[in-house]
Amino acid sequence: MIIAKPKPIEEIIEMVKDLKKVLVAGCDGCVTVCEAGGMKEAQILASALRMYFRGQGKATTVEETSLTRQCDKPYIAQLDEKIENYDAVVSLACGAGVQFLAERFKSKPIFPAVNTCFIGVTEEKGLWTERCQACGDCILATTGGICPIARCSKRMSNGPCGGSASGKCEVSKETDCGWHLIYERLKELGQLDRFAHPVNAKNWATSRDGGPRKVVKEVSQI
Amino acid sequence: MSTQTPSKLQKIIAAGHFGVTSECGPPRSCDGSVIEEKARLIGDYVDAINVTDNQTAVVRVCSLAACIKIKQMGYEPVLQMVSRDRNRIAIQADILGAATFGINNVLCLTGDHQSFGDHPNAANVFDLDSTSLLQTVKMMRDEKKLLSGFEMKVAPEMFIGAAENPFADPFEIRVLRLAKKIEAGAEFVQTQCIYNMDKFKKWMQGVVEMGLHEKVAIFAGMTPMKSLGMAKYMKNRVPGMDVPDDVIKRLAGVPKEKQADEGIKMCIEQIQELKEVKGVRGFHIMAIEWEEKVPEIVQATGLYPRPKVD
Repeated sequence: MIIAKPKPIEEIIEMVKDLKKVLVAGCDGCVTVCEAGGMKEAQILASALRMYFRGQGKATTVEETSLTRQCDKPYIAQLDEKIENYDAVVSLACGAGVQFLAERFKSKPIFPAVNTCFIGVTEEKGLWTERCQACGDCILATTGGICPIARCSKRMSNGPCGGSASGKCEVSKETDCGWHLIYERLKELGQLDRFAHPVNAKNWATSRDGGPRKVVKEVSQI
Repeated sequence: MSTQTPSKLQKIIAAGHFGVTSECGPPRSCDGSVIEEKARLIGDYVDAINVTDNQTAVVRVCSLAACIKIKQMGYEPVLQMVSRDRNRIAIQADILGAATFGINNVLCLTGDHQSFGDHPNAANVFDLDSTSLLQTVKMMRDEKKLLSGFEMKVAPEMFIGAAENPFADPFEIRVLRLAKKIEAGAEFVQTQCIYNMDKFKKWMQGVVEMGLHEKVAIFAGMTPMKSLGMAKYMKNRVPGMDVPDDVIKRLAGVPKEKQADEGIKMCIEQIQELKEVKGVRGFHIMAIEWEEKVPEIVQATGLYPRPKVD
């Protein structure tokens, strides 16, 4: 899923401080699972903003809602009827959701309330870690199911580098060396032959480097 | 070592001599005299001078410009290239540019992560890694082709080098990794600074067992300790460095003003010892900001004068 974390409240206040009617819109998708932008977080943020405005002696109204997904038209269409009641929307969705709202509601400012971080997993309660950089050409079959692009700080195709120590990355002792993990897993799978030969330069054209991407499934378009 | 290039370093190795290289870290401003001075200090005592490429991710005079300067002084440079700052377009362009100036040695590296340097907010590139960079240079030279497949009229004649850290983890893959770099194109290898002699010898044993010493010229990396403080810093702060307690103890055992001498003495003893290790074909002396000590080390270890080759 997409992992996000809340922006500091001061940054959000700066966006909305001069407004009169604000809608805080959560998203029930990924950001709910990573506890950054679901209904619960929308309620908390709306309360914090109401406290701020009250403290400033301002009559600004803040309401909250949460949409099933902000990255799908049928769900954001639920705001069509009421969007005119607000000066702006503070969206707790990922960057995709924020932009999709902005595309639909052209005359309304849409502000982001979270920082979208990465594609990752819930490693344990309250801990989310990165697993995928959406390079567009998955190589996990050859790397023991562990991605060197997402998990090596230098996204090496032929790691580990010389900075790997005790299974940790040179960048931070808190970070596992992705290539150490790959090596151990290939060993476990009896696939060390995959490690033995150089891997050619990767084609990054399917990644961000190729420009904004799209996926078309024609059969679904009919 | 298949392809013959005009590299003097390659010829010296091919003639069966121990090779000697050293390095010159360019300055953090555009004072070219710093490069000239460093090159002059070591030039006659080594076969080739490595020029680091924004080492530790700190902005410095670019490796290519400093290499050209060194070449114009009549010495032989080794162009260090990291894949951190440049993509395959820029890297191949720099290799072509270097070759037009008669630079015939290249050392292919991935590079330290930019978070260690003076611009931690920079984007990194890592389009290639050290291994795919080796493949790239080899393809340019042997197939006369760019990575795109474009055929060149004149190909760069590079003696291709890599670095290897026998002390990084997991240790058991370090020989395999060297094999992979050789397969990718490495013809000489300069190792990380050696302080843990036992571990280095164990690595060399693995290298020899796989017959890799016959496919690649291994230059043992040597960095004399200037002080006890430096030794402790290297041990605790520099990624991938293995400084055993014995080294710390030995430096701690002499008065502060004698520590530099002791560091040089240790380095000389190490080189003498490593000359006897099967597969060691040369020495890469990285006297960090202490270039003036290189001549003394080379002379004291019987590696001077440097052989002449045509």
